[in-house]
Amino acid sequence: MTVDVENLARRFGGTAALDGVSLALEPGEFVALLGPSGSGKTTLLRVLAGLDFPDEGRVRIAGRDMAGVPARERGVGVVFQNYALFRHMSVAENVAFGLRVRPRNRRPPEAEIQRRVRELLELVQIPELAARYPDQVSGGQRQRVALARALAIEPQLLLLDEPFGALDALVRKEVRRWVRGLHDRLGLTSILVTHDQEEAMEMADRVAVMEAGRIVQLDTPDALLQTPATAFVAGFMGEATRLPLCIRGRVARLSEFGLDDVELDLPDGEAVLFLRPHEVRIEPSAAGRALVRSVRPEGTGGTRILADVDGHRIEGICAVALARGDACRIRAVSGTFFHGDGTSRRWSAGPGAPAPLDSSRTPSASPAG
Amino acid sequence: MSAAGPAAADPAWLRWTAVTLALLLAVVIFLLPLAAVFTEALRRGWEPALAAIQEEDARAAVRLTLLVAAISVPVNAMGGVAAAWAVTKFDFPGRRLLITLIELPFSVSPVISGLVYVLLFGAQGYLGPWLQEHDIEIIFAVPGLVLATVFVTFPFVARTLIPLMQEQGRDEEEAAATLGAGGWDIFRRVTLPNVKWALLSGVLLCNARAMGEFGAVSVVSGHIRGQTNTMPLHVEILYNEYMFVGAFAVASLLALLGLLTLLAKALLEILAGRRMGDAA
Repeated sequence: MTVDVENLARRFGGTAALDGVSLALEPGEFVALLGPSGSGKTTLLRVLAGLDFPDEGRVRIAGRDMAGVPARERGVGVVFQNYALFRHMSVAENVAFGLRVRPRNRRPPEAEIQRRVRELLELVQIPELAARYPDQVSGGQRQRVALARALAIEPQLLLLDEPFGALDALVRKEVRRWVRGLHDRLGLTSILVTHDQEEAMEMADRVAVMEAGRIVQLDTPDALLQTPATAFVAGFMGEATRLPLCIRGRVARLSEFGLDDVELDLPDGEAVLFLRPHEVRIEPSAAGRALVRSVRPEGTGGTRILADVDGHRIEGICAVALARGDACRIRAVSGTFFHGDGTSRRWSAGPGAPAPLDSSRTPSASPAG
Repeated sequence: MSAAGPAAADPAWLRWTAVTLALLLAVVIFLLPLAAVFTEALRRGWEPALAAIQEEDARAAVRLTLLVAAISVPVNAMGGVAAAWAVTKFDFPGRRLLITLIELPFSVSPVISGLVYVLLFGAQGYLGPWLQEHDIEIIFAVPGLVLATVFVTFPFVARTLIPLMQEQGRDEEEAAATLGAGGWDIFRRVTLPNVKWALLSGVLLCNARAMGEFGAVSVVSGHIRGQTNTMPLHVEILYNEYMFVGAFAVASLLALLGLLTLLAKALLEILAGRRMGDAA
């Protein structure tokens, strides 16, 4: 099912929750809306679900203009942040709700409803909980109930509003993979709202990074990491050290941070350099200006080191063992400059410099992720 | 009390003083007068008391009281639910004003609300001449009594529901909408079941007050014996005519009706609590 969002605007009082958002989804795609709270991602989801209406712009789902189409006629599955299960209904009744409220001529007979509920509960792997009430099951189980209830109306578009927020870290990882699997198996088109970049990167085909009611970049997780469009995106995606600097005469002055100056074709002015940990080499050196602040084994031979240069913290990779307090030297292998005028440059040290270690894409994820 | 944390552990003497004071107040303010009513009614034995209740005017007063309650309570139950639903599940201009208006009957003296109806519908009132022309009786008749009672008892249902519905929020309603439910289905299957115990409790309180209302009803009634006298008014008339046994007998009956309502409410709360306990 295609989703087409054109130039949406939604204002609450004086503030714009959505400010000219456009987005297009291919059938079968899994897109994550990623952004800090207040960036408009939940508002966008609510507009798609028909729970909120835009002041401007157009939403088309499967080619049909959704202007004036209420939520109940959209056939869009929604999993809410707090699940919003019907507290006075059993798990089975919750799942059956969408079928029971159908108009008489489209409502399946009771036996069929029962069968479908059983099927759905098996699909979400909680058939034994059918008779329980929402407050008698765990958070992870509630999430599965919410998913089964949303899937009961056979939606082709599934909207997930921070659905994993209430789960503990271990369960969350497993449920993420399982939900993505379900999406593939059922041929759904899904939109996930999240503020967790790891979650977005792991689950989505494409990620829309939102800031202040706009989509600042919509791209594959790889592209977002490799070529972030703005400093905001670079800062939001994965871990990075952010170094504010000045460019004078085509040279970026980095000596303040204990790094070599970099020549590049950006005009004079303020800029920011983003360095991913794997783009930074840390080497033991008795004469180095930097001190090792903390050490974390990476499990792949190297260690992750947070170094301190005159109060600036820079994170990088070290091939040999270092201890806290050791003196060291820092070298940047590559990085991304964002100039104050909005342009950006990808930079990497010339030949002869060590190649960037390709550690995990999202370094905070476990190797199994 | 032993389960309470150190922060809640007040000195024993303070606890006992507070408990004793509360019990003493309850006895003096609530129980003694109630006991006095029953004692006075039975001062000359059962027979005069029963005779006073079975007297024609008294029976008319009982019938009228039950009739007025039977009309106003359902009206207020529906009105209260509608008002609570509107102010908690929707945003509209004037929402805050409506919440304040719902409380108006609590803050205005019932006598004033009665007078307003006389001013509106009485023979000398704004609509009086028109009503007379069309032969419609409101003041000094049953419609007036119902109107006054509805006004005075309106807040009970709405006030019980609004805090609960506010706390429950709109999430479940929104979920129901995305699942294809229309407004009526959402109300019937989601909103109403979530508040049913609070609703019943509000209805019972409303009923207790509807049967006992005096001030507003007194103004619009006209005190026509056997026709527009409700039980509280009948009690007053008998008392003013020095028929103490009769007055207290009818008062006892009225008090019994109120107690019965309270008992029903308490039972409901136990039932509701048990259900919630089951679910937890």
